[in-house]
Amino acid sequence: MSDPVLLINVLLLLLAIGAALAAMWTRDLLGAVMLMGIYSLLLAIEWANLFAMDVSYTEAAVGAGASTILLLTALTRTGTREKAGPNFHPTALLTVLVTGAVLIYGTSDLPRFGDPLAPATVHVAPEYITQTVGKVGATEATENDFGDHVPNAVTAVLASYRGYDTMFETAVIFTAGVCVIIILRPLAGSARRRTAGSKEDA
Amino acid sequence: MSLFETFNSIAFVVIMMLGLYTLIARQNLVKKTLGLGLFQTGIFLMYITLGVRDDGVAPILQEGAPLTYTNPLPHVLILTAIVVSLSTMAVALALIIGVREEYGTIEADEIATIDRADAEEGA
Repeated sequence: MSDPVLLINVLLLLLAIGAALAAMWTRDLLGAVMLMGIYSLLLAIEWANLFAMDVSYTEAAVGAGASTILLLTALTRTGTREKAGPNFHPTALLTVLVTGAVLIYGTSDLPRFGDPLAPATVHVAPEYITQTVGKVGATEATENDFGDHVPNAVTAVLASYRGYDTMFETAVIFTAGVCVIIILRPLAGSARRRTAGSKEDA
Repeated sequence: MSLFETFNSIAFVVIMMLGLYTLIARQNLVKKTLGLGLFQTGIFLMYITLGVRDDGVAPILQEGAPLTYTNPLPHVLILTAIVVSLSTMAVALALIIGVREEYGTIEADEIATIDRADAEEGA
C-alpha cells in the first residue's frame, strides 16, 4: 500500500472522528444532523480512497443525502432542541471503555492493513475477480480477458452470486416504506390523543 | 509506519464506541438514532479495511493489464448494509414521530416518568 493512501486515510478518519465527536457532543439536533452529513461525506471520500468506489457512491447518496433529508423531515415534527443534562454518564463510560478494550484486543488478531496473504484476499476474492461461476457464455475467457463478463466485480457479485440477497434487500426497503406509512397515517387524524385526554381528566 | 497500518482498527473501535456512548448516555430518541447510525458506520469501516490489498486498485476489471484488485465482497456486503441502515432509520424516525404525538416529548426519561404516572393512576 503506497504511502499517500495511508496518509490520506489517517487524515480523513481523524476528520471524520472529529465530526462524529462534535455531532454527538452538541445539544442542537439540527447541528448534529448537519455534522452527521459532513461525517458521511468524509466517509464517502474515505471509501474512494480505499478503492471501494460503489460504496463511496452509495454513502454519498444514501448516507449524506437521503439520511439527512429523512432526519430533517423528522426534526420538523419533533423539535430541534435536546434537553440539557449531564454529559458525563459513569455507567455508559464504563461500558464503552470495557467494550472498546475488548474490541481493540480482538483487532490485534486481524491481518495487517492491506496484507496480500489475508484469508479474505486469498480464499474467496480471486474467484469473484475471475467470475468463474457468474460468467455468461465466453468459456475461453482468461483472468485478464473478461469477454462477456461484467467488468465491475461488485456489480457481478451483487447481481449474480448474491442475487437473492439483493432481491430481498428491495423487499426490506419496501417493508420499511410500508411500515413508515402505517405508523404515520393514523396520527394525522387523532392528533395528540394524550393531551386531549389529560385535559378531559382535569 | 506501524501506527498507520493499525490506525483503521483503532478508528473503527473509536467510532463504534462513540455511537454506543451516545446510545446509553443521551435520553433524546433522535440522538440515540444518530448514535446507532454512527455505530453502524464503524462496522462499515472494519469491513472495507479488511478488503484492502497492497497495491490493489478498484475491483473494475481492465482488459490486458495484470492488476491486483481489492476484495469486492466486503463492498457488496456494505452496500446492502448501508441500504438496510437507511430502512431501519426511516422506521425508527417514524416511530419517534409517533412517540412525540402520543407523549409530547422525545426524551426517554420523561416518557418513563409519564408511563409511571399513568400506571399509578390506573392502579
